[in-house]
Amino acid sequence: MSLDISELKTIETDITVIGAGGAGLRAAIESSAQGLKTVVLSKSLLGKAHTVMAEGGMAAAMGNVDKRDNWKVHFRDTMRGGKFLNLWRMAELHAKQAPARVKELEEWGAVFDRTKEGLISQRNFGGHRYPRLAHVGDRTGLELIRTLQDHGVHQGIDFLMECTALRLLKDGERVAGVLAYYRETGRFVLIRSRAVILATGGAGKAWRVTSNSWEYTGDGTYLAYEAGAELMDLEFTQFHPTGMVWPLSVRGILVTEGVRGDGGILLNKDGKRFMFDYVPERFAAETADTVDEATRWLNGDKNARRPPELLTRDVVARSIRAEIKAGRGSPHGGAFLDIASRRPADFIKRRLPGMYHQFKELAEVDITKEPMEVGPTLHYFMGGVRVDADTQMTRVPGLFACGECGAGMHGANRLGGNSLSDLIVFGTLAGKGAADYARSLGASPRADDEQIKVAIRGATEILNRESGENPYLLHEKLQDVMEEGVGIVRAEDELKQGIRGIEELGERAKNMKAAGTSQYNPGWHEALSMRSLLVTAEAVARSALMRQESRGAHTRLDYEGERDEWVKYNIVCRKSPDGHMECEKVLRPPAAPYLEEIANSKIEDLESGKVGAAAPND
Amino acid sequence: MSTTRKFKIWRGDAQGGDFKEFDVDVDPGMVVLDVLHRVQARQANDLAIRWNCKAGKCGSCSMEINGRPRLSCMTRMNVFGPDETITVQPLKAFPVIKDLVTDVSWNYRQNKRIRPLKPKPRDADGEHRMYQEDVDRVQEFRKCIECYLCQDTCHVLRDRGGQDRFVGPRFMIRLASLEMHPLDADDRIPEIRKEFGSGMCNITRCCTEVCPEHINITDNAIIPLKERVVDRYFDPIVYLGQKLFGISKRR
Ligand SMILES: Cc1cc2nc3c(=O)[nH]c(=O)nc-3n(C[C@H](O)[C@H](O)[C@H](O)COP(=O)(O)OP(=O)(O)OC[C@H]3O[C@@H](n4cnc5c(N)ncnc54)[C@H](O)[C@@H]3O)c2cc1C
Ligand code: SF4
Ligand code: SF4
Ligand code: FES
Repeated sequence: MSLDISELKTIETDITVIGAGGAGLRAAIESSAQGLKTVVLSKSLLGKAHTVMAEGGMAAAMGNVDKRDNWKVHFRDTMRGGKFLNLWRMAELHAKQAPARVKELEEWGAVFDRTKEGLISQRNFGGHRYPRLAHVGDRTGLELIRTLQDHGVHQGIDFLMECTALRLLKDGERVAGVLAYYRETGRFVLIRSRAVILATGGAGKAWRVTSNSWEYTGDGTYLAYEAGAELMDLEFTQFHPTGMVWPLSVRGILVTEGVRGDGGILLNKDGKRFMFDYVPERFAAETADTVDEATRWLNGDKNARRPPELLTRDVVARSIRAEIKAGRGSPHGGAFLDIASRRPADFIKRRLPGMYHQFKELAEVDITKEPMEVGPTLHYFMGGVRVDADTQMTRVPGLFACGECGAGMHGANRLGGNSLSDLIVFGTLAGKGAADYARSLGASPRADDEQIKVAIRGATEILNRESGENPYLLHEKLQDVMEEGVGIVRAEDELKQGIRGIEELGERAKNMKAAGTSQYNPGWHEALSMRSLLVTAEAVARSALMRQESRGAHTRLDYEGERDEWVKYNIVCRKSPDGHMECEKVLRPPAAPYLEEIANSKIEDLESGKVGAAAPND
Repeated sequence: MSTTRKFKIWRGDAQGGDFKEFDVDVDPGMVVLDVLHRVQARQANDLAIRWNCKAGKCGSCSMEINGRPRLSCMTRMNVFGPDETITVQPLKAFPVIKDLVTDVSWNYRQNKRIRPLKPKPRDADGEHRMYQEDVDRVQEFRKCIECYLCQDTCHVLRDRGGQDRFVGPRFMIRLASLEMHPLDADDRIPEIRKEFGSGMCNITRCCTEVCPEHINITDNAIIPLKERVVDRYFDPIVYLGQKLFGISKRR
């Protein structure tokens, strides 16, 4: 087949944003506000990105509900939750900038739940010392995405919906654009661009039990990897402790942490509130140790410590798993999450309408009367594309990444609510970083025709082949491999087996076949996503094998506990010149002394001003 | 304990198409979207379906199931009789792209016609103050997941000519959410009447019946908007509506 690139539909722009979730939309609004021509691509329709599913809220230390809150406490919580592996500078920027970013959403039409004084209300969540999550019932993600969407469409941004990016194009070292295709027609589109921002989210679809949508196939990590950027922290995949477990067909769907934030407790089959048995030493001083104290906290006693159900997600997920393993699980292999006996029905319906509805419709359970059955579900990628903390640029000039597909902000474990705030903080910084970069460039970079042809052939061969592997069934196989080899607890043999499994599937994937034409063909799309899934899954497994300790969301049966040696390193994966994946331990950048002091301080010292008083506030 | 069920699925594109029959194994607890995925993976790899969250949150998976507009991810198989054949087809109000996927871009164009919030200035301390009781109604409208089931049901839009004159229930609630927003400083009444066609709705309430978010579209959004229009322009139809249905005026 001869291809004439000049006949391709071509768009010329300054900035291309791949992804229209919270991060992508916020980045595009910023670069457009800076006067640069901006194009946004998304695999789905506008307003449907994964962000729409977020429930509980977005974290920002506004101090509307508890005045003791400020950026330092938020920063300290984030570092402790991330088991000190977060990039210090990113956690600092996030804690400082989140309040302004949240308030700005109000100017664009967001309507958060209110306090009695008429301010934005904030709720409790795991790992956050004070009520900190701005929210709208349990549909905060919808509010975020609709607000950005309705504002964004009036900013002169060009939106290409149901348009999937297939490959990043380069001019020498620099990024020069994207090759994509419209799902509706199956036609290719060439976007020549001075800078590209990746905002494609995570890759939960590599596992069977996941809270993630079909979009989560790791496209951004794959595109970046192929273009020569580095991936970091991929071993840290967050298993959310509370996904639905029954019926089977809905296994994995999320049950928001807001249930526990609003008083829900975890029980085993004997009715025992087991989380009191699993409090890690680091958190013991700040966690209630009796039911009585936990109840006083729920009733608003500011001197009572937080209940153990609100420990960080890694801890709660492992505890539920341990109870199930010990034979104390619920009938369908989970734990009971009870809010019915803790709060009146109208409170539950008002604060958690989505959960009420979800259980009623999908499981025929009335959560105002009965407990829910829940268990761990793959939820979030702490790892992703390695970026500079202030500009969000990767090591490829002109290539940026933000949101869930970026890495560094959350370290070994993300706190609930810190993602939505991450999207708007680092989305903005990426938009600004890309704008600065694009302005500083001389002539526009230009990709040669050969790269474009290779990318087009790589996609069309899947359709043109006479016969081959069914992409859906390969995807199911990959999910088996990941559930067995790279699950919530890991060990060397299983991980090696997992890597072998991924490699085998990689070979078979070279021969995938999609039946039918190129027009709106999900089979073809599935085959294209398999490539991203395989690379991302391999990076997770290899990084997990390399990190010989247990930290945050990464648990090794053969290397229990955190090892001091390992807190010094991130694991980075990249494509070697011969085309293989190489992974390496790299030293982390040092912390500013004031940040280290705040993160390690006693909470009393931080709040009395004995520590951190001299830290810069901007 | 899986059982075999009969599905009739519309397959085709803008040029035309027809129903194809499939026998599918169905497990307990499954929703219609699960079954369609099974057909896609095992029997028809290129079957076009639009979906994202499979949790009733994104509004992508709208289709007509046994004649009723529904979210396929929230429609459990046990709502049908044990031997009932399940017929699935694309939304009727919008042009088909392929199989169960329609071109809903008309809705995005309507949305863009609506001017964004024009916020009042902040208080002296830099805050916007709004009270929960004043935003309850607006929040009800903002629950909308843009599934367009209401648009699909509204007879004014189903008759394609109407799409030039009426934005439909989805955008009436969006207009209402701005008109009733405590911070909005814009005057939207003239265009709600003229450009967006509030007078076209004759209060059949079909939209409200299908809304998966249980938004009270007609009573809480459209009627109050019509009333505000009447207040300004004395629209006789609503005046009549008030007389006939005894709809009382809310302040
Ligand atoms: C059920 C659930 C509840 C959650 N609740 C919370 C919460 O309460 N608080 C919180 O902070 N976090 C929460 N999270 C996490 C949070 O929602 C996500 O981490 C966050 O929304 C990710 O946003 P994003 O902008 O990075 O990506 P997304 O919103 O996922 O957007 C990705 C975008 O990239 C596009 N894309 C991907 N690949 C391509 C490609 N190849 N070509 C073109 N476009 C592409 C997609 O179409 C999409 O538009 C929750 C997550 C889930 C699943
Ligand atoms: S009530 Fe009005 S908007 Fe709703 S379906 Fe009837 S005519 Fe359409
Ligand atoms: S108002 Fe209801 S039915 Fe209409 S688009 Fe919104 S959620 Fe769907
Ligand atoms: S897939 Fe999102 S609402 Fe059905």
